[in-house]
Amino acid sequence: MTTRTLQFKIYRYDPDKDRKPWMQDISVEVDGTDRKLLDALVKLKAVDDAISFRRSCREGVCGSDALNINGKNGLACLTDLSSFPEGKPIVLRPLPGLPVIRDLIVDMTQFFKQYHSIKPYLINNDPPPERERLQSPEDREELDGLYECILCACCSTSCPSFWWNPDKFVGPAGLLAAYRFIADTRDQATSERLDNLEDPYRLFRCHTIMNCVDVCPKGLNPTLAIGKIKAMMVKRAI
Amino acid sequence: MSITVRKFDAVIVGAGGAGLRAAIQLSESGYKTAVITKVFPTRSHTVAAQGGVAASLGNSEEDHWHWHMYDTVKGSDWLGDQDAIEFMCKKANECVIELEHYGMPFDRTDAGKIYQRPFGGHMSNFGEKPVARSCAAADRTGHAMLHAMYQRNIKASTQFFVEWMALDLVRDDEGEVLGVTAMDMETGEIVVFHAKATIFATGGAGRICYSSTNAFINTGDGLGMAARAGIPLEDMEFWQFHPTGVAGAGVLNTEGVRGEGGILRNSQGERFMERYAPNAKDLASRDVVSRAITTEINEGRGCGPNKDFVLLDISHLDPATIMKRLPGIREIAIQFAGVDCIREPIPVVPTAHYQMGGIPTNYNGQVVVPGKRSQNEIVPGFYAAGECACASVHGANRLGTNSLLDLLVFGKSAGESAVEQLKQSPKAHKELPPGEIDRALARVDRLNSQKDGASVHETQLEMRRTMQKHAGVFRFADLLKQGVAKILDVQKDVQRTEIRDKSKVFNTARIEALELENLIEVAVATMVSAEARKESRGAHVRDDAPDTEEFPNGRDDRNWLKHSLWYKDGNRLDYKSVKLTPLTVETIALKKRAY
Amino acid sequence: MNRIVTGAHYGLKDWLVQRITAIVMALYSLFIGAALLAGVSGYDGWRALMAQGFVRFFTFLFIVSLCWHAWIGVRDIWMDYVKPAGIRLALHSLTAVALVGYAGWAIQVIWRL
Repeated sequence: MTTRTLQFKIYRYDPDKDRKPWMQDISVEVDGTDRKLLDALVKLKAVDDAISFRRSCREGVCGSDALNINGKNGLACLTDLSSFPEGKPIVLRPLPGLPVIRDLIVDMTQFFKQYHSIKPYLINNDPPPERERLQSPEDREELDGLYECILCACCSTSCPSFWWNPDKFVGPAGLLAAYRFIADTRDQATSERLDNLEDPYRLFRCHTIMNCVDVCPKGLNPTLAIGKIKAMMVKRAI
Repeated sequence: MSITVRKFDAVIVGAGGAGLRAAIQLSESGYKTAVITKVFPTRSHTVAAQGGVAASLGNSEEDHWHWHMYDTVKGSDWLGDQDAIEFMCKKANECVIELEHYGMPFDRTDAGKIYQRPFGGHMSNFGEKPVARSCAAADRTGHAMLHAMYQRNIKASTQFFVEWMALDLVRDDEGEVLGVTAMDMETGEIVVFHAKATIFATGGAGRICYSSTNAFINTGDGLGMAARAGIPLEDMEFWQFHPTGVAGAGVLNTEGVRGEGGILRNSQGERFMERYAPNAKDLASRDVVSRAITTEINEGRGCGPNKDFVLLDISHLDPATIMKRLPGIREIAIQFAGVDCIREPIPVVPTAHYQMGGIPTNYNGQVVVPGKRSQNEIVPGFYAAGECACASVHGANRLGTNSLLDLLVFGKSAGESAVEQLKQSPKAHKELPPGEIDRALARVDRLNSQKDGASVHETQLEMRRTMQKHAGVFRFADLLKQGVAKILDVQKDVQRTEIRDKSKVFNTARIEALELENLIEVAVATMVSAEARKESRGAHVRDDAPDTEEFPNGRDDRNWLKHSLWYKDGNRLDYKSVKLTPLTVETIALKKRAY
Repeated sequence: MNRIVTGAHYGLKDWLVQRITAIVMALYSLFIGAALLAGVSGYDGWRALMAQGFVRFFTFLFIVSLCWHAWIGVRDIWMDYVKPAGIRLALHSLTAVALVGYAGWAIQVIWRL
């Protein structure tokens, strides 16, 4: 089996012993069975067990292993090793814009706070019927491209508006989730949800930079969802 | 050393489907509940479930819970407890409807009802022909379900301890469970979660195998903790190999692919399942299909340069159907197999997927162990649900979509049982036994001070290779015997693992070492139980128990119609009888299993 | 206590205003472009054009749009980058004074024509 050596530059910071962050040069041998960046990271950890990163499902549905890979946010488990040019080290950093706990692990409290702030649950105050609430296939289709979000934070941490105002701007992931409930015919809280976003920061800090669309590992389009929320607000106002 | 103690009415370990469902029950009843989870809730492995959740809603054709029950008993090769199976199949509709009310985005029929698709082993009219019973949200049912339940928990203000790892059970002299010790991964601090009710929903341990569809986090933590606390593990020899993991990568391709019309083919292009299961064909139950694929490969009809996989073909389906019903599968095929399944077939092999066994419980989610008075004495204050538990509804082989149903029904019933207990509990917590807490501290101390030890990475590789070779799809008497000796050797290494990283802050090396201590309990339990069971049943098929007239499919009901119970203490086995009497209907009588 | 307060309820209005003023400015730019193409040149040419009531009104609209648009944009920048409330208020005030001043000056120029 053919093997090749991959060079890495990895952001390292352990507050227990490092005074400041540093970049580690390290290499690892991979073979044909190692297809994804995560495979290489797991091998790296066998070489240096102190390299710290999150991972779980290794198939792009749990959203744990989001990293800044050669300057662009993405999931390690969905990034092909063959996509890296030969001879150049692969630079791995934690997601930008969030505090670093250790190495490639960031503190996502702020990100989840914003997600929670949009009330990400179905609100329907009618007494629940005996059977399922009916929804036509067309109405259900409105939720496609919205409910699939895995909360990996690739989008929000690539958004300059989120970098400047992580405490006040909901960010693309949270706004996508907000529209997921606005678009759900079973939800009755559309007005409250729009009120909740009617603010110079929470929604309108989106300047359609579209970094979120560029990095989303699931191919979702938060900018489009944000545009639809704005359109609904305009419609409501006039 | 003084250690912080936090008091709760209930503590739930694990925030996958079962844990979140139990948490909804407790939080909405107003009890102070802590949910401890190694990963943020939506990263739990329930998120990876694809095909659907079984319920006899009958939204597109006639269906009945009794038919579902029949299929589940048959699928279990009669090892499932029929009272628990009846309970689960009867509760299915209610639990799925509840999920819909929580906001889960199910696909819809033209009439606006929940969309249902056929799935392996699910038949109408007591095994007659495949029926559409699997309620689905495209091929992302687990994702949609886990998010919907997490969202419901936000609404209910459940208190989560995210990125905390439970270390050990706290159990007093009378056997009552009083909570767990757990470590805050971010700081390394160890805290006692003192509770009146403790619910384990820690998921499976698929990581004992070399090739597995499971996430890295599926390390059987609950099983390890239970085993160390003297609780036996039930039916651990039964492991499901999913027929269609992506060859090489191990990533799952849902049975829903075949439910939507996908076909398995060998190197000659033959639809070989017609020979193994003339009636259900590609939708036979998983153990049957996995063995058929393995047989095809063993007999030289595998595909590829090494003839080591078969092909899952959906290229005859309308591309629009694939994009609508199986968009995630297309992504997986492109990402992990390098093929676009709209045009080309996907290379697949059977891959370790699900543990049918686990912590023994009854259908109320209460943990039960053999005692002086009965085979099923309740362990006070202790509950388990989901893959870590064995109710037992899956017996020797689980049907597809019954796992999501299991975690809904038993997550809820464990939560309800805990609520009932809390209503009657005295206000004050029972006193913590002093020595119990030291067990967890000792494990962590040992790791911190170990010198000249074994590498965690090498040891876990050795364990996984051993399990793969000695306890695979087909099992051989001599390999099992060697396997027991080998896995006990690996266990010795696990007891002396060493980590170089000694940091207190988010030390993932330490977490992996602690996880390995849980995995090895599961691995030993599996190997020992499998070696001892001298028959073929469901997913456990031995070369020395072939299909004969006296023993159809190699099944020996006279001697082996019983549950295995493995005890860590003394590495010994015990057995208890299978409950053949359902709650209200007649026993589904034993017969040879054929699809 | 450091509570984060949001919900100022002027997000939509400002966003809409920026869009509408942008349209006005775009139309005005097209108009000026067309005038150039039509051969308007020299002080007298421009003076003649600006003498028409419609053009004056349009120019006035353009100036108001420009200032309003700039007010929202510049205020957003101060909000993003300047966190201390006192300094931010001072910058807001300076910006407002400057923009009102520019607008007054421009109107004076037009009406003196």
